Formats: sequence, structure tokens, C-alpha cells
Amino acid sequence: MALSTGMKKEMGTLCAVMGLLMLIPLLNAIGPISGPFSVSSFEVSLWGKYLTYAVLAMSLNLLWGYTGLLCLCQSLFFALGGYAMGMYLMLMIGERGAYKSVLPDFMVFLGYQKLPLHWEPFYNFWFTLGAILWVPGLIAFAFGFLAFRSRIKGVYFSILTQALTYAACLMFFRNDFTFGGNNGFTDFKDILGFNINSDGSIRGLFIASAFLVLITYLVTSGLLATKFGKVQQAIRDSENRVLYSGYSTTSFKLTIFVISAMIAGAAGALYVPQVGGINPSVMEAAKSLEVVVWVAVGGRGTKWGPVIGAVLVNFIKSYTTHAFPDYWLIIMGGMFVMVVLFMPYGIVGVYQQVKSYLARNRSFETTTV
Amino acid sequence: MIATCNLQETQVHLYTPSRSLLLDYKRRIFRLVVSLLIVCSASARDARSVMADLILSEKAQQGDLIEELSTFGDTIITEIYEAWRTGEIYLLDQESSSQLLQFTTSQQWALIKNGEVINLTEAEVEKAKKMRPARALRKQMKRIIDTLGLKAADASLRIDSAIKLGRSQKLEFIPSLEARLLIEPAKEVQLALKEALAISQLANGNEAEVMDAVRSLADLKSVASRAFLQTVLAQEIENERGDEPLAEACQQALSKIETHIKQQEFFGSFFRGISTGSVLLIVSFGLAITFGLMGVINMAHGEFVAIGGYVTFLVQNLFIQVWGLSSSAFGWYFIVALPTSFIVAAAMGFLMEKSIIRFLYRRPLESLLCTWGISMIMQQSFRLIFGAANVQVNNPTWLMGNLSFGGFQMSYTRLLIILIALIVVALTWLLLRQTNLGLHIRAVMQNRDMASSLGVPVARVNTMTFALGCGLAALGGAVLSQIGNVGPSMGQAYIVDSFMVVVTGSVGNLLGAGLSAMGIGLVDQLLQPSLGPVLGKITVFIVIILFLQWRPGGLFPARSRSLED
Repeated sequence: MALSTGMKKEMGTLCAVMGLLMLIPLLNAIGPISGPFSVSSFEVSLWGKYLTYAVLAMSLNLLWGYTGLLCLCQSLFFALGGYAMGMYLMLMIGERGAYKSVLPDFMVFLGYQKLPLHWEPFYNFWFTLGAILWVPGLIAFAFGFLAFRSRIKGVYFSILTQALTYAACLMFFRNDFTFGGNNGFTDFKDILGFNINSDGSIRGLFIASAFLVLITYLVTSGLLATKFGKVQQAIRDSENRVLYSGYSTTSFKLTIFVISAMIAGAAGALYVPQVGGINPSVMEAAKSLEVVVWVAVGGRGTKWGPVIGAVLVNFIKSYTTHAFPDYWLIIMGGMFVMVVLFMPYGIVGVYQQVKSYLARNRSFETTTV
Repeated sequence: MIATCNLQETQVHLYTPSRSLLLDYKRRIFRLVVSLLIVCSASARDARSVMADLILSEKAQQGDLIEELSTFGDTIITEIYEAWRTGEIYLLDQESSSQLLQFTTSQQWALIKNGEVINLTEAEVEKAKKMRPARALRKQMKRIIDTLGLKAADASLRIDSAIKLGRSQKLEFIPSLEARLLIEPAKEVQLALKEALAISQLANGNEAEVMDAVRSLADLKSVASRAFLQTVLAQEIENERGDEPLAEACQQALSKIETHIKQQEFFGSFFRGISTGSVLLIVSFGLAITFGLMGVINMAHGEFVAIGGYVTFLVQNLFIQVWGLSSSAFGWYFIVALPTSFIVAAAMGFLMEKSIIRFLYRRPLESLLCTWGISMIMQQSFRLIFGAANVQVNNPTWLMGNLSFGGFQMSYTRLLIILIALIVVALTWLLLRQTNLGLHIRAVMQNRDMASSLGVPVARVNTMTFALGCGLAALGGAVLSQIGNVGPSMGQAYIVDSFMVVVTGSVGNLLGAGLSAMGIGLVDQLLQPSLGPVLGKITVFIVIILFLQWRPGGLFPARSRSLED
């Protein structure tokens, strides 16, 4: 099958981005120790974290950008994936914890005698990989089924998803929920038998994150090219027309909701080992809104917008929290207001905006002259 | 201190039970006459001078003085007696007169007769003679001091004291309690005295008396007596008399009290639910208005709630600066703070609408992001201006205390909140239904374009509506400052609940918002005792989701022929 020029161009961009991303671990491994081209392991894991955020933003873009569902529980799915991974990593600590027990430290601390039953299967890495996908998927299915069936849409959907996140966050803050309460999981030692803090593991996790970005990109654009994707975008533009054309919008929305939740879960699973812990604050309602902001800043409904938005906003956030600890919230808040007011199509849309602005001016000149 | 005193008392009691009983009965009648006389004649002497006389008196006079002393309810008696017992009272004999002095803990000399602080010369200090009470007197003083609370001027102190004496179940307090019961004017105190007497009788009375006590405790629905009744019941069962009338009466009394406690808890939760619902109602009314207007949640709504709290704080500080914390004018600050917070927040809402929101009416979902950005800016500004910690807002004195209604306690603060909520509902209803502006607001909420084409000044209505919504949020914050904390993120705790209220009650429908606010407040508070706060909240949330399955448009869905509604 011959590739169209558009697809060729897209493949080119994709290869270039992946190539650039691969430079980071490469420079870390064989680059100079100092100077402008040196990359420390800290920076590698920092950029790895940004990439998982990018995947999270892409998963939201699938819902908000292409289906018109402003979902505010993306951070919940992200955290669920992260917690699944965290459970595996906690069990891999084994008897090297502070209490020298087979049980994770917080369980010893809370007086557990044996491992709760639902923790047992997480000794198995492959089960964990599965859980990272099906746990968020299942929650999304159950919630989505109830929400879409009764035609909850628009702002109602946003509010209910936010409430779901809020409720789950309250649950995870409880100590007796067997997930470590407000301290969550931390102090990981090994992943798949490798030391999690070694340079090699950090590079490996970064590469895995980069490939997750690639896979998510391919899934998104593949989906958009199919008939499914067309219906999906039609729902965004006018759900009622799609409904009257004989499509069951409920099942389309439900499918995309579950896929998006799984992608967010996978992103969370890569986030946890790179950050070195997880606690319920990751799933706070405000975090979901942050994801929405990344997508909005980058450009909603575009393929690269969410990636650019997530990396850029988090880069600025890291910088401002460090440089202006008292004012960073004000700077970030101001940025969101400005973006919404002046850049409705995000950074990706700026080029088009400028072009159409110039074109309008030109046509104005020609008509007046 | 108190523990050791009680120990002494018990020992004395053990040595001479029958004699003291007899004496007590004689004394009781005598004291009754004396106290009746004194109540009628209203003695002019105060507790201090009687104490001074007692310290200086000979043994023969002491009896009368003690009787006189037992009519006072002044805590100064305790103070002076303690000083006397611990050797801090000195007698200074001078040529002209002799003075009783107390060497206080702050190393000063004070006159016993009026508490005045005076300076003594070295020679005078040398001359002062330490005074100590006689052993026989100590016992009598102890009884006076223990029952002092029964004569206190404040009725609630009398109640506390009666219950305390009753719970000690000591025989020697029974006469004092009975004596007080005969002259007690306040009805609540009478009940407390009866309760205390009955509890004492449980341990001290004969079989018939115990039986009466159990019955009267059942009638009084005495919560305090539960443990004592259980002890009696356990004793009866231990002595294999579990089937006899006394044990049965005990069981009946206990179950009656149990039911009473359950009822009280239920009404307590119910009342808290109504008042929580009222706060929610004020906050979510504002949200419902801006929601109906913009078609989207104003994420900065919680910060306008916080503005209300901070304005109340500032008004309070102003009152403290001008009039001082203890002046009676301070109590009025809350009344001033209510309209002030409304006006300040409405003005800020006005500015926000004019500068930002008005560009976003065509892009509802994006206004959510924008208002969230504004909320971040506002929250951080609060932190920078007022600090990250909560600020202190004092309740005015007239809001402290409870209204007792058939045994149920309702705090004035929460009653006032319910009242304010009612006023807000009434005013908002009047504004929306009876004024021209209200008509315009409703028109714009229903169909912006149609309203505009019919000549409604949409831009102005938008601004006014948004300002109104923000003002209501701040009003909620001002009210909240009386029952909760005022801090940078105070609005966040209420905002998710308010979203739920708006969704459940249908967009832009104030009746729906009101009903669902009350419903959510009630369900939340009624579930909390059994499920705890977290599970209670989660249950409420699940109930709402299931409710929306049944009625997707909320309680009162807007009827419209438009397809997209």
C-alpha cells in the first residue's frame, strides 16, 4: 500500500521526534559529564515524567479533543494505573523495608498480620501489566455505562467525573483502604530485578515512556482514520445528528472512554517508578483540571498539541515553582487565562491564527482600497 | 487536689455513718428555715465578710457562721478557704484595728474583706500571724464548698453542680440537694436536682426508695444515670433477683433512656443537616445563577466564598480596633459583615465579568478553564495577603450558647444560618420573580439570542447576574466563618458539594437547587454517625449518580423545544 504524501510527512515528523527523544538517554549514557550536552540521570527521569504526562494529555485529547467529552477523572485513571504498578514495586521490596518484613512497611505499621488477598497476584509482573489496563478500564466502563446510558453530557458529565475523582481520592486517603493512606507508596527498590535507581533503569523507563508516546500517537491517529474515528468526531460536532443517523452514540462514547482510561492507566504505571512513589494527591480533582489545561494550552483536537502542552506547561511549572515559589500559582493561573482568552486553538493553532489574522487584514485592505 | 479531698471525705463518712446521718437530718430542717429566711430577707452581708468573720470567730459562733455561709453561691468562698487551709491567710493586729490579709500567689498582700491589694511595711510583715482552720471546721467547710455550685447565680452552673453531686452518689449530699430542690426557682435546675437525687438514692436508699429512683429516672430520661442503672441491674442479676420488679424496672428505664438518646441523636443530625444544607444552599444558589447564565461552572466560585470569609475577618478586626473585643458593639460586626461581604464580592465579580468572562459566553467549556486559572490566582493571593494558615474569626457573644427545645440543643449560630438562608431564598425569589432585572435575567438564562433580539440589554444583564452570583457566594462564606475555618482554600471543601447540588437540582432552577441542597445536607449528616464522614460522602455521591439515572435532567428539568437542551 502506497503512503499518501500527508502520511509520509506525518511519519517523518514522528521519526524525527522519536530520534530527538532517544538523544536524551543516549547523551546520558555516553555523553560528556559536563557542558551543554551533558544530561544527568535526574534530568532523564524528569523528562520521562513529562512524557508520561504527555501520554495522559493525549488520552484526554482523545475524549475532549475528538469526542467532545470534557472528562475530569483522567487523573483518577492515571493514579489507578500508578497504584497497580506501585503495588508490584512495593512487593518487590521484599524484606528490605524498614521493618524487615515481607509485608510493605505501612501494613506492618498499621498492624496487618498477612498480605490482603487482593495484593497477592501483584507479585506477578504480567498480572500487574494487565491490571494497569483493566482496572482503570473497568472503572471507566462501569461509570461510563451509567453516565452515557442516561445521556449525561456536557458540563454535567464534567461535574460528575470530577465528583468521582473526589470520592475516590477520599477513599484512597483512608488508611484502612490497604493502599497506604495519605503516604501512599514509596521507597521502591527493584523493577524486574534491576535496581530502580540505577542509571540503566532510569534510561530504560525513559525509553519505555517515549515508546508509550509513540504507541498512543499511533493508536490515536489510527483510530481517527477509521470509520470509528469519523463517528467519534461527528459526536463531538453534533451528537444528535449522529444519533438520528442510526448510530448508538452510547457505545461509541463508552468504547472511547474505556480506551482513554487504559491509556491514562499505562501512563500512570510509567510515572510511578520514575517519580519514585505515589500518593492520593496525584488523583486530586485539581490534577484532572491541570491535564485539561495542558491540552488547552497545546491545542485541543490536534495530534501534537497535547504533547507540546503537557511538556511545556510542566517545564514552566518546574521552573517557576523553583524560581518564584510564592508566585508560581499566579503565573500559571495568569497563563491559563491568557491562553483561553487569546489563543483559543492553543500553541499549535497560533500559526493558523496569525495566518488568518493577516489574511483578514489583507482582504480588509483590498476591499477598502 | 479534688481527688484527695474526696478521699478524706469518704473516710470520715465511713467512721461515723449513723451519727452524721442523724445530724444531717436535724441540720437539714434548720438550714431550710434559715435559707428560706435568708432568701426572703436577702442578707446584706457578702461572702467575703462572712468568711472573714469565720476565720476570726470562736468555736461557739462557728456553727451559725457556717450556716450563714451555706446560703452563698459565691466561688470566692472556695478561694479564701483554700488560702486559709494552705496557710496564706495572715492576721495583722494593729493598735486601732486588726486586719485579715491574704498573701496571694502573685506575692502581694490583699485584704480579705474586699480583695483590695495593699502594701505592707517590713515590720508589719514580721508582725503578721498565720491563721489555720481547726480540724473540725475543715470537714464542714468541705461540704459547703462541694455544694457551692448549687447556689451559683448561673443556672447552667447549678445544673452542672447538681449532676456532679448526684453522680458521686454520696449520702451527705442528699440533704443539700433536697434543700436546694425546695427553693430552686428554675425548672431545668429542678429537673437536674431530681435526677441527681435519684442517682444518689440508687446507691444509698432502701428498696422502696431505689425503686422510686429508678422510676423517676425513667421519667426524666436521664442519660447521665445509664451507668448507675446498669450497676443496679447487674447487682440484682448477681444476687439472682433478675426476675423481680426492681430488675424489670431497671431494664424498662434503660430501654426508655436508650430510645431517648437515639431520638436525640437523630434530631441532632437532622438539625445539623438542615444547617449544613442552608450553607450549601446559599453557596449553591450563587453557583446555580452563574451556571444558568454561562452554561458552565464558575471554578472560582469557591474563592468568592473565601472572599466572604476574609471580609468578615477584616470587618471583625476593624470592630476590634475601634471598639475593642469586649465592648458590646463588637457583637454587631457580623451583622455589618454580611452586606459588606456581599458588596465586596459582587464588585469583584463585576470586574471579573467585565474584564474576562464576557469574552467567553460563546465558548462555555473554555470558560471553565479560565475561571480555574482565576481561582488559582485568587487562592495564591489570599495566601500572600493573609498567610497560608487559617485566620481567627470570633463568634459574637450573642451567637454563643444553645437554644434548648424539649431536651434538644440547637446552637444559635446554626439557627441564624438557617434564618439567613431563608432570607436569601426570599430575596432571590423576589429579585428574580418580581423585578424587571429578574425578568431579564431569566430571559437571558433561557435563551440568550432570543432575549437579545427582543431588546433585553444582554451585556448589562450578564454583568449584574454574575455579580449577584459572586455576592451570594461571599454571603455563604461569611456565614461559614461562624461555623468553620476561614482560610485560603475554605471554598474548595464546599465547591464539589455545590456542584452536586446544582446538577441534582437542575440548571438554573432555584427551587431545585434549594431542595437538593437541603436533601444533600440532610443525607450527608444523617449518614455520618453510622458511616463516618468519608463513606458518608461517597454514599451521597453514589446516590446522586443513581438518581441521575432516573432523572437525567435533575429534579426540575427545563422544558424546551430546542434540540440541544
